[in-house]
Formats: sequence, C-alpha cells, structure tokens
Amino acid sequence: MTEAGRIVIVGGGHNGLVCAAYLARAGRKVLVLEAADRVGGAAVTREFAPGFLVSAPAHLLYGFDAAIERELRLAKHGLGYARRGLRTVAPGDAGALILDGADVVAGEVSAADRAALVEYVQRQRRFAAVLARQNGRVPTPWNLARFALDIRCLGRAGMRELLRVGTMNLHDLLEDRFESAALKGALALDGVLGAKLGPRSGQTFFTSLQRADAHSLPRGGMGAVTGALAIAARAAGAEIRVASPVASFVVSSGRVSGVALESGEEIAADAVVSNLDPKSTYLRLLGARHLDAEFARRVQHFRTDGCVAKLHLALDGLPEFRGVPADALGERLIVAPDCGYVDAAFDPAKYREFSPQPVLEITLPSIHDPALAPAGRHVLSAIVQYAPYDLAGGWDEGRKGLFDATLAVLERHAPGLRSRIIAAELLAPPDLEREFRITGGHWHHGELALDQFMMLRPVPGAAQYAAPVDGLYSCGAGCHPGGGVMGNAGRNAARVVLAALRRAPAGGAA
Amino acid sequence: MTRYDVIVIGAGHNGLTTAAFLAKSGLKALVLERKPWIGGAAVSRELHPGWIYSNCSYVCSLLRPEIYRGLDLARHGLQVAPYGGGVTFTRDGDYIGGYPDKDVRRREYARHNERDADAYLRYSRDTMRQCRFIRSLLMRTPPDPASLRLRDLRELAHLGREFVKLGPTTMGDTIRFYSMSIADYLNEYFESDLVKAHHAGSGIIGTALGVHSPGTAYVLLHHYMGDVDGQVGSWGFARGGMGAVSNALAGALRAAGGEIRADAPVARILARDGRVNGVVLQNGDELYSDIVISSLDPKRTFLKLLDAGDLDADVVRKAREFRIRGSSGKLNIALDGLPSFPALGAGHPLVAGDMHFLDTLERFERAYDDWKAGTWSKDPYLDLLIPSLTDPTMTPPGKHYMSVFVQYVPRELAGRDWTDADRTAFRETVFDQIARYSPDFRSLVLHAEVRTPQELENEVGLTEGNIFQGELTFDQLFFNRPFPGYAQYRGPLRGMYLCGSATHPGGGVMAAPGANAAREVLRDLRRPAIVPQGWSDD
Repeated sequence: MTEAGRIVIVGGGHNGLVCAAYLARAGRKVLVLEAADRVGGAAVTREFAPGFLVSAPAHLLYGFDAAIERELRLAKHGLGYARRGLRTVAPGDAGALILDGADVVAGEVSAADRAALVEYVQRQRRFAAVLARQNGRVPTPWNLARFALDIRCLGRAGMRELLRVGTMNLHDLLEDRFESAALKGALALDGVLGAKLGPRSGQTFFTSLQRADAHSLPRGGMGAVTGALAIAARAAGAEIRVASPVASFVVSSGRVSGVALESGEEIAADAVVSNLDPKSTYLRLLGARHLDAEFARRVQHFRTDGCVAKLHLALDGLPEFRGVPADALGERLIVAPDCGYVDAAFDPAKYREFSPQPVLEITLPSIHDPALAPAGRHVLSAIVQYAPYDLAGGWDEGRKGLFDATLAVLERHAPGLRSRIIAAELLAPPDLEREFRITGGHWHHGELALDQFMMLRPVPGAAQYAAPVDGLYSCGAGCHPGGGVMGNAGRNAARVVLAALRRAPAGGAA
Repeated sequence: MTRYDVIVIGAGHNGLTTAAFLAKSGLKALVLERKPWIGGAAVSRELHPGWIYSNCSYVCSLLRPEIYRGLDLARHGLQVAPYGGGVTFTRDGDYIGGYPDKDVRRREYARHNERDADAYLRYSRDTMRQCRFIRSLLMRTPPDPASLRLRDLRELAHLGREFVKLGPTTMGDTIRFYSMSIADYLNEYFESDLVKAHHAGSGIIGTALGVHSPGTAYVLLHHYMGDVDGQVGSWGFARGGMGAVSNALAGALRAAGGEIRADAPVARILARDGRVNGVVLQNGDELYSDIVISSLDPKRTFLKLLDAGDLDADVVRKAREFRIRGSSGKLNIALDGLPSFPALGAGHPLVAGDMHFLDTLERFERAYDDWKAGTWSKDPYLDLLIPSLTDPTMTPPGKHYMSVFVQYVPRELAGRDWTDADRTAFRETVFDQIARYSPDFRSLVLHAEVRTPQELENEVGLTEGNIFQGELTFDQLFFNRPFPGYAQYRGPLRGMYLCGSATHPGGGVMAAPGANAAREVLRDLRRPAIVPQGWSDD
C-alpha cells in the first residue's frame, strides 16, 4: 500500500511525539509506530506495584524546551506540575545541606563558600543559556557560526572562561573555589549523573551544564509529559499506533521507502523518522549493508553503555532522612557527601563493577502528587550510580548485590526505611535496555560527552538528523542535543524533514 | 652595573633557545641559571663514575627541526640517533613488538589479533592526520579568540582555513581528539587488550590522568607529533645524553655573543609602574634590562618572582589555579652488563627500544587509582630504555645505562613529604616490576638514582615535579596555555615575557615555546623576524 506524502515515525518517545506534532501541524500526514503498549518511551509513568506509580527511568523534568511547551500548548493538553523548582537536599548527621539554586537555605557553609556558590551558579546559568540556545538549532555550519557568536557575546572574560573550563573536570574547579565538602559533593553530582564519568573526569563541567536548569515534577509523573505530547500530536492530526514494533526499514533503489512491522505488514512512506537510538536505527532496522563501512563502524563505536540503575520502592509511610526537616523530604535528595565519595563510587565502574557505596538521587514524588500511591503510602524513586551495563559476572548475579548495597546506603541515611518497604524493583541497564528498547540501556541514547556532542552526535555525517540514506531521518536523543527530556531533537528533526520534503515535493519519490 | 638588552631566567632548553635566537638577532642577552649546571631537565650528569645519565628527560623526538637548523645545532654538537621500536611484555611470558618496519609490525600484531593488524593501518593513518594538523601549529603563536585585533583575527582565519582543509570527518575527529580518553580512542580501533595496552602509555606519560580520563587522547598526540630525521612519530637519543641538547643550544647562544651565568638564582623580577626593568639575584646583585623573559612555570614566575602588588588579582588567581601536578618519577640505573629479557631472547633488536610491562588497560587504570589515593603505583607503568645500546658513549665499555620512567608517582604521599624509606620502597617496587621480566636484572645493578617529583621540583625547579610544566589538558593548551589572555608569551607587565613549557605548545624537549617567545620579543622590538615560523617539514 502506498500513500503519498506520509511520514512514518518509528518510536513514540517524547522526541518522536514532538516531531510528530510539529510535522502534523505543518500539514503532513504522520503515523507514529510505537512498539510498546503505550507511548512515552523512557518518559512514562508505570505501575511497578499494585497502586504504586513511578516515573521511569527519567524521574525529574529539567531542560525541557519552553518553546515546545508553548507552541504545542501542552498545558492545554493536560501537562501540569506537582512541584517546580525543587531544592537539592543532602542529608547529614549535623543537619542537611539544602540548596536552592545559588542560595544555601540550610547547612554549615562559610560566607566565602556562599559567595563562591553565587558566582559559580551564575556562571553555570550563563553558559547553560548559550548551550540551550544551541540545543534548539540544527547543528549546521551556519548554526555553528551563530553558536560561536553567542559565545563571543559572553564578553571577553566570559568567552575566555568558557573556552578554558569547557573541558575541565569538576573536581579541580570545585577544589579551587570551595571549602565545604558537602557543597562540593552536591555540585559534583550534577556533573556525573547519567554519565560514566567521575568528578575527576574531564568534561564534567560541561555535563553539569545540562543540569543547570530547575528540576520539576510533572503532575502524574513523567508520563504526563508524553501523554500531553501524544494528545497534542493527535490534535494536530497525527495517527499513533501502539503495539506495532517495526522489524526493519524497507529500502528500494537506494532509499528508505517505508517500514516493515514485525507483524509482516509493510507501510510505505515518503520519509521515515527514527526516534530509536543510533545503533537500533542504523545497524538493526536499516542494516550495515546499506551504509558506508566507515559510517557503520563509527555508529558501532558510538558509546551507548549505560552506567545507571533505577531503584523503585513502594513504602508504607514516609521515611525519615537524617537531618532533613519534614518539609524538605519532597525535594531532590542526594547521597553524594563529598567529591571523594563520588570518585570512589565511580572507580569500580572502570573495572565493570558496581559501586559498593553508590551515589543516589532520590525523589519521593508522592509527597507532592498523592495520586501516585495509595493513601498514606509513598513511592521512592532513586537513580543509582554506578551500574555498568557490561557488569563483570553479569546482572543476573549483580542485581541483588547492587540492590543490597543501595539499600544499605539508604538505610544509613534514612534509618528504618528498610522496614517500610512493601515492594521494590531495581532496573539495571540491561533491564532498561529490554523494557525501553534502548541499546545499552543508556537513557541518553549514548554518553553525553564532548566527543559525542553537536555535529559529532551521533556520528559525523548523520548529525543533522538526515541519515546518509535518502528518506531516513533521526529524531531521538542520539542526535543533537542529546538525552534528558528536552524535546529539542524532535523539534529540530521536524524542521529538517519539512525542509527536505519541500525540496522534493510530497510523493515525488514514490 | 651592567645593562642587558634581554635577561632570560632559567637555562633550560627553552630559555636557551629564546636567548640564542635573540642573541643571533644582535641583542645583548644574558641567561641566569640557579644551578651550577645548565640544561634544566635536559641534562647529562655523571652521578656514578663513568656513567652518564640523562637523568630527567631521556629521549628526543619533539625538538623542532626548524630550530635544529635555525640555530645550527648540528655544528654545536647535537646528534640524534633513532632507536628501534618498542615492546610490551605480557604476564604469561609473551610480548608484542612495535617494530619500526611497518610490515614486520603488521605481522607481529597479526600474531596476536588478525583484525588488529588491519586496524593498525587505520589507526596510524588517522593519528598521523591529526599529527600533521597539530605540527602545523607548533611554531605559531596562538591567536586570542576573544580579541578583535587584526593580527588575532588573521591568525584565527588561518587556523579556520587549515581546519576546514581537513574535511568534515577529520575535523570531527580533531575535536574528538581533544576531548576523548585514550581508552575510548583505542577501543575504536583495536580488540586485543594487549594491543590497546601497548599504545596506551603515550596517553598518560607525565599526566595526572588515567587511561579512562577524557583528555588523554591528546596526550598521545603530544608524544607522536615529533620526529627524528623526518620520521614522524619516531624517537631517538641525543648522543651523550640529553645534556647534548642544552649544550648545543648554549653553544649557539655563546657563538652569537650571548652570556650564561650559572649558580645565579634570581630572587625577584624588578618592576616599576607596570613595566619590568631587571632582576635581583639572591646574592643581592641587581641586573638591569627592559626585557625579562621567564622560562619558569607561571606559579614560580607570578607567585614567587613577582610581587603580588605589581599584578592584577585575576592573574594571581589564574597562576594559583594553573594545574601542575607531579605524576611521574624516574630511576637511572648503572648496570654491570646487559640484562636479559627471556621473552625476547638474546640479541633481539627490541631490547634497544622502549620496554613496557602493563599488558591491560585495567592495570593502567589501577596504577592511576594508586596515584589518586596518594601513593605511587604498586604495579607501575614503566618506560624502560637502555640508551647505552644505541649510544655507547654513555658508559664504560661492556657496561650499560638503564633509564626507567615511572608513572604514576605523586608529589606528596597522602599529604606528607617523601622520606628516604619511601624512596627505597618506591625503588623496590620498580625493581620488582623489572625483575619479573628480567631475572638477572637485580644482580647487575651497580648504582641507582631514584627521582620522585620532589627531586624534580627541588633540583630542576619544576613545580610539583610536573615534567610538562603544567597538565596537557585542553583547558591549558593552545590559547589557554598557561591561561587565557596570556598565551602570546607576554606577561602582565610591559617588557615581561614567558618562554617555558607552560606556554604553547607545551612540554617535552621541543624548544618551540622558546622560539615562539623569541619571535614575539623581536616583533615588539620591531626587529627582523629571524625565528622560523609555521612548518617546513611537509
């Protein structure tokens, strides 16, 4: 069956939905094919125990493009927030350290450190704003020039500073400016979350910029974001089919002309846009035989091994964290007491071992959003680092070990927590790979590092969303600007697809 | 009271190079050296009767051919003899040989892994492309990207053109080179852990980073961008030890009428009203000059030789935050004969090359973890050479000199200074590592000099004992070296310049910083540009 002008989007994650919504709004006929029973990809709200809902794997919203929220009228389509601008809370025996942006709300921090923090956060925000502007652009040479101009506009001192610290590690930067161990630990965490990097690894300053934005809890969990996106896409005329896994792309006369579903059905399309990670897109669905050997080799080496596990606990009541006031429990709790702790947690990952004392980012979303758990009960969601995908000895053995280690750390910071657990699950990278269909289980679809950034993401020759094979495009987190729930990749890709289709009129190739 | 046209502080290879070029241009130049001998870290010293040690830097490759020719160093006695290849021993008694001959090397790699033998062709092609690009920048002053001066814009445009010439894919690779870890880079080519380990050493030598630390791929390049007799990437020995480099430079300087004063430590740089006018020696002597050039690292130059009152607070802060960490040590060993390496067998040509003993990336990374924990690596990376096989003038006939570079060795042991007991324990760690692959080694040792970063700091004056005068990571390279705004060899005071390895293009016995600094001084004095610029070799 041939239908002129149709665009098929493979994968209904947030970027696929954003892309679908923009294409549909531009008057294109769009079909989204999602393998799972529901849309959302890695930004969903799922029931992990009867009555207990959790956002998985992403559990906080930050860096989401405000333009997308506005243009797709997501508020109208049901996106609301249970809480915006979460504080960061580090439990401690002598009282918690509580940070609200550049402000130390609680904690023993010297006046010098407080002043240094203001300077530090301002710098982060200034630089992050430059990056955020670039996130919304397709990385063409022209846009690189605009990026250079933005950097230039930071002023002489700002530009020099960005060019200096851009590749630096957080450990050195923090050691230079701060005294408080707890503060350094909290700031170091933002550079390593989601990455296979320790605070001493170069580029952690750059990765920390991704988290310079405020963190929010969407009402109803992360599924509310993708839910609203799906409604927006449908409202614009896009069709979404769930439970329709795609087996391969159909290639005829050197161009991708449609997709073949696992059910055997073939759907023709003028353009196919893949929301999947680059390895799934190029090596599994397209196949290396349609690619230049050098290109295929580079895709093969795109670093996609996840290093993060996700812990979900159903609790029969609220736990108490050491030194954390009751009204701060609903904030973003972290276990990263100092830089050395984070570094020590990272070291085993280099040898394919999990951290015996992991670093944690914890949320108790049901405090702000009671609908996520039965009355009086609560959900705890934690990012657990480090958990290398290729664990020596395998995850069948390792899962229990990491679970125990994580609970031991939790119990130390929240005595009595263990006895409140009704149900629990730990998703290791292979679980994330299986459940969310992401190669390597890396929720950014690949390490967010400078060597996999912008025109290098995923590989040179495919960074501008168009594949080296005609008719195929990418819109996932494996493209610029990468992971997290930002939506930029979907929006940028839609722009590229529309421009390409305008050049080759709809149906012209069919 | 004597006036000089220029005073250079420090008679290391860069200080001598700067002074030699300036003297050649007709300026009255004086080099002041703290120690009774000259050469800084490029010295030959007889610490055991009859044995000449290259006791700090020990091999030669990076020295720019433009400088070699421009200062006529051959005439002043410098000869560089290439040595053949390298070898990495495995724990199970085998080895992998990096033979200089491409075909032999290919067969050797194929012995371990067929695909890696093919991949090596790709690896050397890609790495060489990057080398060629960076080589073109070594003898140029970095542009200031934040400046709108015509000169900087022109240089940026030149850089942009050269960069675009690489083509899109190589351009991408260049950016990746500055941000990747050596482990990730090698993973893109090789399968065999042994082959990876064989290449990984160059990514961490002299650097306080592990093989998995982003930024180490560049350090590899830094060790590949030199050449001996036009053979890019190969290494050689200066005949008579590394002191021959310094002596040849000193010869060139003296021949041009320059002066060197050894045993003359500088106490302070004299400055008034934002400009320098000379130096005071520690003995109280004052020497005057409108131009003072420091070959010391920025910490010493800005924090010790200058008064904080003469400087902007921002410069002081930048100098304080300049990252310069000791991460390596060295053993110089006098041997009664040639030790055997059973894996290679007697008379094997690779005995004359560099020898290594870490056969997996994991061992490399664990060696780094020891450094992080504040101790020397218990299973250290060694770059072991027997220079006397190539240059018999180093020892009495039949005897040998072994140079053992050791990575990682911290400046302080968990916050405290080294003691003699520590030094002995450290020596034993290294001896054990060697003896594991050479059973008769210990019985041949006649004398061993142990150098930790502390010795390097105290004797040579390299802060923290960092061999490159500052880490070679992107935040301290090119227009960031030593720090933004001061990368064009000019200091914060008028008439003050920097010419050490802490300036572009960085450490190693390259002499390019010294030459580039001299070019900038001549430019400011509006004198003819006699210092070679750009590249002349390909």
